[in-house]
Amino acid sequence: MVNGQELSYLLRLVIQRIFAAFVTLGVVSMVVFAAIELLPGDACQAFLGQMAQGQRLANCRAEHQLDKSPIERYGIWAAGLAQGDLGNSIKRSKPLEEVIGPRFRNTVILGLTAAGIGIPMAIALGVIAAWFRERKVDFWISGVAIFFMTIPDFITGTLLISLFSVWLGWLPGIVIMRVDAPITEVFSQIGLPVLTLMLVMIAHIMRMVRSSMIDVLASEFVMMATLKGLPRWRLLLLHALPNALLPAINLIALNIAWLMGGVLVVEVVFNYPGIGRLSVNAIADRDLPLVQAIALLMAAIYVSLNLLADLLTLMLSPKLRTQRVQP
Amino acid sequence: MSGAEQTMRLVLRSTSGKVGVALVIFHIVLAIVSPWVVPYDFNAQSEVLEHMGPSLAHWGGLDTLGRDVFTRTLLGGREALLVTIFGTAIAMVWGSLFGMFSGFKGGRTDEFMMRAVDTFLAIPFMILLLLVIASFGNSVIVLMLTLGFLYGIGVIRLARAATLGEVTKDYVLAAQARGESVWVILLAEILPNIRDALMVEAAMRWSWMLLAFSALSFLGFGVTPPTPDWGLMIANARIYMPLAPWPVLLPMIALSSLIIGINLMADALAKSLGLDRVQRMPL
Repeated sequence: MVNGQELSYLLRLVIQRIFAAFVTLGVVSMVVFAAIELLPGDACQAFLGQMAQGQRLANCRAEHQLDKSPIERYGIWAAGLAQGDLGNSIKRSKPLEEVIGPRFRNTVILGLTAAGIGIPMAIALGVIAAWFRERKVDFWISGVAIFFMTIPDFITGTLLISLFSVWLGWLPGIVIMRVDAPITEVFSQIGLPVLTLMLVMIAHIMRMVRSSMIDVLASEFVMMATLKGLPRWRLLLLHALPNALLPAINLIALNIAWLMGGVLVVEVVFNYPGIGRLSVNAIADRDLPLVQAIALLMAAIYVSLNLLADLLTLMLSPKLRTQRVQP
Repeated sequence: MSGAEQTMRLVLRSTSGKVGVALVIFHIVLAIVSPWVVPYDFNAQSEVLEHMGPSLAHWGGLDTLGRDVFTRTLLGGREALLVTIFGTAIAMVWGSLFGMFSGFKGGRTDEFMMRAVDTFLAIPFMILLLLVIASFGNSVIVLMLTLGFLYGIGVIRLARAATLGEVTKDYVLAAQARGESVWVILLAEILPNIRDALMVEAAMRWSWMLLAFSALSFLGFGVTPPTPDWGLMIANARIYMPLAPWPVLLPMIALSSLIIGINLMADALAKSLGLDRVQRMPL
């Protein structure tokens, strides 16, 4: 159990990590801002294209405060961000929250569904593959999973469309819905994108669980439990699995971050109105403030999920937790 | 027998290694010779025969514009291979140098560089790639440099970790005692000892970069039409799938076989060198 000394040490570590995450995000915001600054032309030139001259350009620049110095503009942007104000879209001429919000909601629905089904499935498959390691069951599970991890996601998506939509006619092949469609309508359409995302991500987690499970199964406490005559399912699920999952936490967090950031290609394949497709469109339209906001949002998701995984690992592993308390 | 020769022998001992190496060599040779062996001009259109199925004259059928699919598939991997092979080389060189230096120096330098790497990994690669291409165009050079830069960031971490395992060993201490300069120690002493890990990393990076490149061209940012490219061919012919599956199937098989080949090769390489590649995810 956690005693007082450990707790204060733990608390310090947690605060340190959270602080580091905020610093990282601050630096990321500077890098994103700088990257967009370094590109040739400013947001107004990019947006107006051939019409970018004379009064029109000057008006646009004045409206979006591009006539100020980069440092001033970064200050304004960062101050807005701190208050939850992302700024305005140039092309779509409305607040970015209104553009990003509903699409981000769609991406979250899609990602959480894929993660909610895919991660438990990946863990289960990893355990099964580890239990039957080097045998036929393992060979088939690993083989199929790795095949779908290896080939590009747009190929998986296209194959699934031709199989389930064109050939069998079971699921809609492409998503046709309003951006702010009610949740029930979203769910009725996302069968194939969810399946695609699952197939792409399952192998990463499955392989990790499989290999750490094999390590755990070879350890002394498992042998001890076997000798004590523990039923196999209890041994696997209650004793071995929690230990085997620990190294997989970070990978699972990475996968969720990948899903929440909107998988650009999969959203484009299925015409899904999420944040991934929005970012592709924003770049095609040269709507630089929008691109900037999306990039920062994705970075924030990545950083906070990594932080969460770090903290979770810290809480769950006594070894890491007490490392420096008892030398 | 040289080290590289020995490694090759080990890789070729397993069936999957043989298949992988064969697929990769096949694709590279094809990319080099394809302009001389294709049966048709990749851009020649046949007005009457669009969407025609496979026939003796056109093995892969014709696409929406009446162009020979087989010809375009044979040519479709050239730019992808060119960009990703040189891109991987760039990533490995700069990533290894920075990583080895960081691991060797340690202390504040190391701390700072690792923070910088963490920060860069948080930035969404795909958006950055699309942005750079939207601004600087999609020339081969731009693609190579951008992909090489982005995929080198992950190499820094690996090269640093591998170097940390070596710096305390006697041969490094001996070299330091002899008064060798930092770069001599890194390149002549440490590099040969972490070569295995870097080779596996290079193979994996190559397959990830190929995934990224094909995604780019699928999104229409990779190559300029009418240059034949697998990702672009799939994107263009996808809509007509129910009508004409062959213009989609051939490039799919070509692209998948190359990526699977690289992965089989990387797996066999990792296994023969006793390295674990399970815990990695494309970044």
